[in-house]
Amino acid sequence: MTDLTALTIAQIRDGLRAKAFSAIELTRAYLAAMEKARALNAYIVETPEQALEMAARSDARIAQGRDGALEGVPLGIKDLFATEGVHTQAASHVLDGFKPPYESTVTANLWRDGAVMLGKLNMDEFAMGSSNETSYYGPVTNPWRSKSSNAPLVPGGSSGGSASAVAAHLCAGATATDTGGSIRQPAAFTGTVGIKPTYGRCSRWGIVAFASSLDQAGPIARDVRDAAILLRSMASVDAKDTTSVDVPVPDYEQAVGQGVKGRRIGIPKEYRVDGMPAEIEKLWQDGIAWLKAAGAEIVDISLPHTKYALPAYYIVAPAEASSNLARYDGVRYGLRVPGDDIIDMYEKTRAEGFGKEVKRRIMIGTYVLSAGYYDAYYLRAQKVRTLIKRDFEMVFADGIDAILTPATPSAAFGLEAMALASPIEMYLNDVFTVTVNMAGLPGIAVPAGRTSDGLPLGLQLIGRPFDEEMLFRAAAVIEDAAGHFAPEPWWNT
Amino acid sequence: MSVDKETVRRVARLARIAVSDAEAEKLRADLNTILGFVEQLNEVDVTGVEPMTAVVAMKMKMREDVVTDGEMPGAVLANAPAAAGEFFAVPKVVE
Repeated sequence: MTDLTALTIAQIRDGLRAKAFSAIELTRAYLAAMEKARALNAYIVETPEQALEMAARSDARIAQGRDGALEGVPLGIKDLFATEGVHTQAASHVLDGFKPPYESTVTANLWRDGAVMLGKLNMDEFAMGSSNETSYYGPVTNPWRSKSSNAPLVPGGSSGGSASAVAAHLCAGATATDTGGSIRQPAAFTGTVGIKPTYGRCSRWGIVAFASSLDQAGPIARDVRDAAILLRSMASVDAKDTTSVDVPVPDYEQAVGQGVKGRRIGIPKEYRVDGMPAEIEKLWQDGIAWLKAAGAEIVDISLPHTKYALPAYYIVAPAEASSNLARYDGVRYGLRVPGDDIIDMYEKTRAEGFGKEVKRRIMIGTYVLSAGYYDAYYLRAQKVRTLIKRDFEMVFADGIDAILTPATPSAAFGLEAMALASPIEMYLNDVFTVTVNMAGLPGIAVPAGRTSDGLPLGLQLIGRPFDEEMLFRAAAVIEDAAGHFAPEPWWNT
Repeated sequence: MSVDKETVRRVARLARIAVSDAEAEKLRADLNTILGFVEQLNEVDVTGVEPMTAVVAMKMKMREDVVTDGEMPGAVLANAPAAAGEFFAVPKVVE
């Protein structure tokens, strides 16, 4: 029997309709693959019984001709999404034992369309991190390895579990979230496709909040077509999320293959940073050449406030996080450490429940919002944010359809390589991605090449608000030129 | 602008996180590193610039002020570390 886990979502759709295999057989194949890949630590919790029940229901619906857009498709769900009755802890000890009595809107949409849940995927604690090394459940290992060494590499973060699982064929696709790059950076580190849609495209209801003005859910998938298929199911306006926008959800898959003829692609000079590795510069030039060959017009542009996005983000995001994480106090859910009085209980619970990176960000956030500092830091950062967004608005008003940049300043680095580095060094992994969250725009990462060591590298495309279709068009052009690559399955031996 | 140990203790109290002396020292160093990094925002001329309060320009969605949810104490208390009847139980709050 062909390895069913090798099929993309589009191929699963065809195969199930043609009755080449059943949803149960497909789910079983994935459950077996997951069992053999535990060394990667991509899943925090596997849900085999539930997966098989859902697959059985999918088979019944297929038999009755009532199949949905994602019928029978086995997916992994980032631990940040509330899944009814199933472990949902944002990879944190502070939410110990939490099983929500409700379902997030995004995952409810996926189950509405017939998808199957394989389990909850590992991530950086509370989505704070760029390497999946801050999880209470231990780090995730990148399924990719360098040609010259067996040393374990990070998959990127915070959606490291999602990216690893997709790259290692432990799910057909995965949900993820992106606040400063947490979909796009791990996608780039693992040779997968990840899209963060426009702020407001997907409902944030039922997603554990990190920074409410930056968070956005999106898919990580094996190719551009699969990402488009998943986003269509995930996106919806939601009465329970007032920041979700009532814009129709197009059939994003139609955009794949429509090409970029006559479109204008902007190349921002400020994204060429000091000390950028030659391989990344070459990747960027390759992307430019491919889009040009496909009929796009390449335009040099300037986004003058680019360098201020990262420092502004490291004020805004921790500030919002300090507010969002105030609820974890041991009263209503999760860990409770007994105290002499209620404040003692709060302080001990939060001290024991939160990891180092989370505490660091809560502290910075609390400081910049505190009396006497609010104007100097938070207010100023919010003004810089307006300028960052304005840079993009002006460029788009000038007729630019999409912007092409590198996705990351390097390929995947070694596990623990940054253990002794200053926090800023880790934050610099997001230098190309945070601008997009700050401006609320959609951004996609697509695999575009490999380092001399064989590691995947990705390019990023940034689009106009609610023009994810343009991103799928352009990403598909890059994908067609660059080809697909998959890691050698060393974990199965 | 740099923070001293007193400030770290004050911020930890505001954040309701118990911090040991050793941790406080490490956090002081980290906070100073991060604040040093964000100093560069002072280079930007923000005269006349409004702070961004809405990511996507839209009017706040309103709904009818009626009760549409609730009456499910079981579900609300399902994850409680300590519950008593239909209440969350906590250590004494007021002396």
